[in-house]
Amino acid sequence: MEEAGGVKLFGFWVSPFAQRVKWALKLKGIQYEYIEEDKYNKSPLLLKLNPVYGKVPVLVHNGKPISESIIILEYIDAVWKQAPLLPQDPYERAQAHFWAKFAEEKVRQSVVEAMCSSGDEKQKAVKLAVEAFEEFEKELKRRGTKFFGGETIGFVDIVAGCISYQLPVHEEVGSIKILDSSKFPGISEWIRNFLNHPLINEGLPQKDQMFAYYSKRSKEIAYQKMSHKTV
Amino acid sequence: MAGEGVKLLGYWGSPFALRVRSALKLKGIEYEYQEEDLGNKSPLLLQSNPVYKKIPVLLHNGKSISESLVILEYIDEVWKHNPLLPEDPYERARSRFWAKFVDEKCVPALVGTISKVGEELEKGAREAREHLKTLESGLDGKRCFGGTKIGFADVAIGWIAYLARIEQEALKIQLIDQQNMPVLAAWIDYVLEDPVMKELMPPHDKVFKHMIDMREKLIAVVSN
Repeated sequence: MEEAGGVKLFGFWVSPFAQRVKWALKLKGIQYEYIEEDKYNKSPLLLKLNPVYGKVPVLVHNGKPISESIIILEYIDAVWKQAPLLPQDPYERAQAHFWAKFAEEKVRQSVVEAMCSSGDEKQKAVKLAVEAFEEFEKELKRRGTKFFGGETIGFVDIVAGCISYQLPVHEEVGSIKILDSSKFPGISEWIRNFLNHPLINEGLPQKDQMFAYYSKRSKEIAYQKMSHKTV
Repeated sequence: MAGEGVKLLGYWGSPFALRVRSALKLKGIEYEYQEEDLGNKSPLLLQSNPVYKKIPVLLHNGKSISESLVILEYIDEVWKHNPLLPEDPYERARSRFWAKFVDEKCVPALVGTISKVGEELEKGAREAREHLKTLESGLDGKRCFGGTKIGFADVAIGWIAYLARIEQEALKIQLIDQQNMPVLAAWIDYVLEDPVMKELMPPHDKVFKHMIDMREKLIAVVSN
């Protein structure tokens, strides 16, 4: 099936996780074959390649599958040394790992949580999201560079980058406001710079399609949470 | 090995601090250890980890690193002897994958079960067993995640060795079955017999009592 050295990416059009991998591959100029999966009708092949989670993205390289977007990014950076995503210095790398984890767990997840919840829970979730954004803003300011990676896009930028194009959709679907540009000038500027990069902006999902998808998804997540509670 | 100003802020009962202590010990790195009172965190801890204010925190050359898996990777990169992560990028990805799986699935399942009773306890135990069974598949029949000797994933996951056994005892549930999970059960024995890991595991009775106390407190909270 795959030729040795061939790179395949299994993704889903709206997945921010798959988008991270696409960005990394594009920034490094790596040729790859993209396979679109349907989240609601996954192929047997995907389930075979990622038996633990059954999710996208999965990167297949030399016939071997790698899953989990952040782990895939690290793999890509280790195998293809051009346009490095992570810094060389161990302490700076540790900082990149730390902030990437923060971006995923505290920033992105809190926004989704705020989008899908209601009432008191929603208020709490929005508060947590705003706090996460405050930390992120602080760190950006402290670094004083265009991107987290410095003057060029790096590891943390790619992991956090999904908020650049999905946050407005999440805010609209969830009827929430998190990114107040007067309160978060650093993040706002970072988003502008990030989306300005032609390889980043290229091929992003359409806003109206994302809105329709997340409206549906938001209800699904809320329902799942509720049914889990009552069991 | 002379520690170039290495200090670890930890807590005796924390599996995350245990990860870091294991890594430092496996590499023979000398360090100063500071036990934190989690109910009364030191100014140093709050300063060194302002984002999360949690242990473990590694202090090295005046800089601080937080998040146990991040610390493990840092240690592995600074002190290159006795490597924890394999050389091959694909194998590195696999090690990281299983460490992440444990944190995302096994930890919440095992910790969440501690406060459950009755039917909820059975359900919790079942869920924990499912995740442990999946974890077992990661061993791929090998004696440890590192292949022939203890590596990154073993250090990251090793605490399950003592926690799962004690949880089985304290809650009177079945988690790791010799029959249903022979490979994982054998791995637990391997980890608990490793001279470095063995010495670092907190004493059985202390952990047992701590778990019973925590369980009683959590059950009381839920029923109020």
